Amino acid sequence: MLSYILRRVWQMIPTLLGVMLLVFIVFNWAGGDPSYILAGKGVSKELIANIHAQLGLDKSLPEQFLLFVTQVLHLDFGVSWSTQQSVIGIMAARIGPSLALTGTLLVAELLTAIPIAILVAYHRGKLIDRTVTILCTVAMSVSSLVYIIVGQYALAYKLGWFPVMGWDDKSLFNSWLHYIPLPLILGLAVSLAPEVRFYRSFVVEELNQDYVRTARAKGLSERVMLFKHVLRNALIPVVTAVTTSLPFLVLGSMLLERFFGIPGMGNELLLAVDKSDFPVIKAITIAIACATMFFNLLADVLYKWIDPRVELK
Amino acid sequence: MQDMTMTNNSPAELTPPRSLWSLGWQRLKRDRVGFVSLWIVVAFLVVIALCWTRLLASNWGEEVAVPYAPPTWAKGEATAATNGATDANVLGGANGPIITLTPEEDPIGKDIEAARADAGKYQLKATVKADALFMGADVRGRSVVNKVLAGTSTSMLVGIFGALLSVLIGTCLGAFAGYFGRAVDDFLMWFYSVFTSVPDMLLLLAFAAVCGRGFLTLIMVLSFTSWTATFRLVRAEFMKHRSREYVQAADAIGASHLRRMFVHILPNISHLLLVQFSLLLVSLIKYEVILSFLGFGVSVRQVSWGSILGEVPAELMQGYWWQLLAVVIMMSLLVTAVSLLTDALRDALDPKVK
Repeated sequence: MLSYILRRVWQMIPTLLGVMLLVFIVFNWAGGDPSYILAGKGVSKELIANIHAQLGLDKSLPEQFLLFVTQVLHLDFGVSWSTQQSVIGIMAARIGPSLALTGTLLVAELLTAIPIAILVAYHRGKLIDRTVTILCTVAMSVSSLVYIIVGQYALAYKLGWFPVMGWDDKSLFNSWLHYIPLPLILGLAVSLAPEVRFYRSFVVEELNQDYVRTARAKGLSERVMLFKHVLRNALIPVVTAVTTSLPFLVLGSMLLERFFGIPGMGNELLLAVDKSDFPVIKAITIAIACATMFFNLLADVLYKWIDPRVELK
Repeated sequence: MQDMTMTNNSPAELTPPRSLWSLGWQRLKRDRVGFVSLWIVVAFLVVIALCWTRLLASNWGEEVAVPYAPPTWAKGEATAATNGATDANVLGGANGPIITLTPEEDPIGKDIEAARADAGKYQLKATVKADALFMGADVRGRSVVNKVLAGTSTSMLVGIFGALLSVLIGTCLGAFAGYFGRAVDDFLMWFYSVFTSVPDMLLLLAFAAVCGRGFLTLIMVLSFTSWTATFRLVRAEFMKHRSREYVQAADAIGASHLRRMFVHILPNISHLLLVQFSLLLVSLIKYEVILSFLGFGVSVRQVSWGSILGEVPAELMQGYWWQLLAVVIMMSLLVTAVSLLTDALRDALDPKVK
């Protein structure tokens, strides 16, 4: 097991280098010369040359890339071009609100989607199953934007059940209590349909297996059969879904954060793209890529733990 | 795409062994839901072809009605909401300019006087503006029907061309990786792992930040980020097919590598590519809507579903819901039809799955 993990970590190095190369190509080569963005008004030759020297743009491209890699390895992402705050500091301040929203959302999704999926899969082919399947198809056809726009308008603006938007900078718990519920409900509305469909197909597949018939034949109650045997086998896709969604957890739900004014990573990223604030975008991209690779590894280790038949190669 | 293959194969249909495509077509015709969705998708394609050739909705930018004219069928309930807004917006209603400086004190007084004298020359021809349209009008009095049709064409064209390019990239890279294996495969798999370790939306935004906005950039950005699924599929298929007997036979008669890859193997997996294309179409249209909504999508001179939705939050607050309704109807219809058609195509063309 340990040798497997070590080998996987070793394999991450070229991928991470590749991500850095991609980010470098996109921002340093395709992105053009950023000095004009930085210089603002009153551009002079000396100013541009000064900025070039500061950013290392006067060096050759391979040298610049080497410089970039060293910076990343030292976790030195520089300062934001628009606010001059350190990028690491910005990211540290933004991760809390993002996790408060997406972490709660993930738990809420699992607690609703899996029971519904088991219920409809158990009654497959019957009225409830067909109704839920049709509802899911209809719900998935509407853009997630529409849910958020209409939900915010109807539940917060018209009915006044929730604050329209906002965040309490002083107390995360307070914000969680007041400002998270509506984004949570809307996030759930967007993701419930695809998740129910996804999990349903796995549970249906498991219910057709021979061991289910055996469990029934030896007189196990339906509940034990469903929750002890079937659920455990259907857990693999659940782990896959959860671990692949964990990097997005860090990134936060961009649209929800933008609509509800939550100062999270997703909102920060959108602001950075709006203002061409390249250091922030670069840092977020590399951080999320690292998170993705780490959680992929975690998923494989978890498979082994859940299902000892899985062989790690 | 399908029809072309059909006509190519028409002589073969006379002989007993029928092609995969004609069998698939037979199966699709029997699938009632799939067949209806096919016709809906075809209808959408006709609409975008008409918009593309400027036969339909080319005048979506014309101001044909009063601002926020309500839909004709909902006029009664909506007039109360619009009255206040139209009164404030009609400039003739204001009592001339507010004078705070006398012309002598005003440093640009003379210019303003001259401009006023010339004003008559530039007066626009007064047009009769409708106070209600079939689906209402937007803030500038543009017809929502025309605007949404133009938006449909933009969004679908972005989706279609983006999905085509993405399938093309994925197929070429996947074919090379799967067919040649070894070092080529290692390199392309590395390339693939780099792209998959960054979430799609993040990659899209990073590209959008650098490339700016516009129709063509959007297509490029969308296809650069979405080729990975096709790559994996095609790579696995090519690995499976490369040692099959028919490929060995092609090798024996001296077919080159490229010929074996794209003339012998590719037609055998083309039905998978069609399914992949329609899956991508839905997801790219959804991405386009989000990007355009955020302002990183199509340019400001174009209209798409996303840019229309961008106007909606402010409109809803004032009680103008018709633009939202029109977009939601069109988009849901298309997305549902394409999704159902994808399922039907998969059932029809890939009988092993089930």
